[in-house]
Amino acid sequence: MKFEVQITIALKEGMLDPEAMAIQHALNNLGFATEGLRTASIYRITLDAPTPEDARATAMEMCERLLANPVIHDYHVEVAQ
Amino acid sequence: MRFAVVQFGGSNCDRDVHHVLESVCGVDADLVWYKERLGNRYDAVVIPGGFSYGDYLRAGAIAARTPIMADIIGHAGAGGLVLGICNGAQIGAESGLVEGTFTMNRTPKFICEWVHLRVETADSAFTSAYRQGEVIRIPIAHKEGRFVTTPDVLERMEREGRIAFKFCDEQGAVTAESNPNGSLGNITGILGKENNVLMMMPHPERASEDILGSADGKRLFDSMIAHIERRE
Repeated sequence: MKFEVQITIALKEGMLDPEAMAIQHALNNLGFATEGLRTASIYRITLDAPTPEDARATAMEMCERLLANPVIHDYHVEVAQ
Repeated sequence: MRFAVVQFGGSNCDRDVHHVLESVCGVDADLVWYKERLGNRYDAVVIPGGFSYGDYLRAGAIAARTPIMADIIGHAGAGGLVLGICNGAQIGAESGLVEGTFTMNRTPKFICEWVHLRVETADSAFTSAYRQGEVIRIPIAHKEGRFVTTPDVLERMEREGRIAFKFCDEQGAVTAESNPNGSLGNITGILGKENNVLMMMPHPERASEDILGSADGKRLFDSMIAHIERRE
């Protein structure tokens, strides 16, 4: 069965996010009074798996082995059919 | 004695390192393409700087998962020397050869400049030709070089003497002003658990001849050569 998996990789809470700081600064310069901006990367993957749980487990293994760096990142997996 | 200099697609300091090893230090060195296997004919492996895989995903992340890295990890496990420079250090950290990681600079831009480093330990295969506390001058050139780790790992690394270099000022003071990229504790060179692995962001191969403005980096290669000679 095919599953659409969306993986979000974000810096851990409290981890310095220099790109976010630069982007927020630019938004402020444009007159947008933003605060707390954080960046994240989203990966959309189509997976063949017997069940949604298997698709989730495969996606999590992808995060552990390549997509995330456990020193600095948290990840979140969403599975849709 | 033979060194391997590993080339990935996007490596661009490979020939500089090879030049320093062969023409300045006078030892044999091979350029080894990452699709070749390492074998067991090398005393030391250098992972040079560059932009392997275009720095996609994270600097060093994709190169760290190539088969030759398994060979390099095996080489280190058998006591062989492994030096990672700049992108090579990012690859080494991503592959777990050292603890911690190198990520986006505090100011998210590429920094290319000369810096001062304080030698934190002379008790390693890479730093024996320096004095502990000595200040050396070597350039950096990176965008993702800010060293990060957890407080408990940092505490253990300090206790075990696994910090090789810290950014400092000309007098050797480790200050916030002398930290170009926001690295934790000004750290920019870290040793593996057995002190036979060093991952560092600065480029010793760019400071190994007086004509380039500093030869301070050459003693790092001299240290490695002396270590191998002692072992032979």
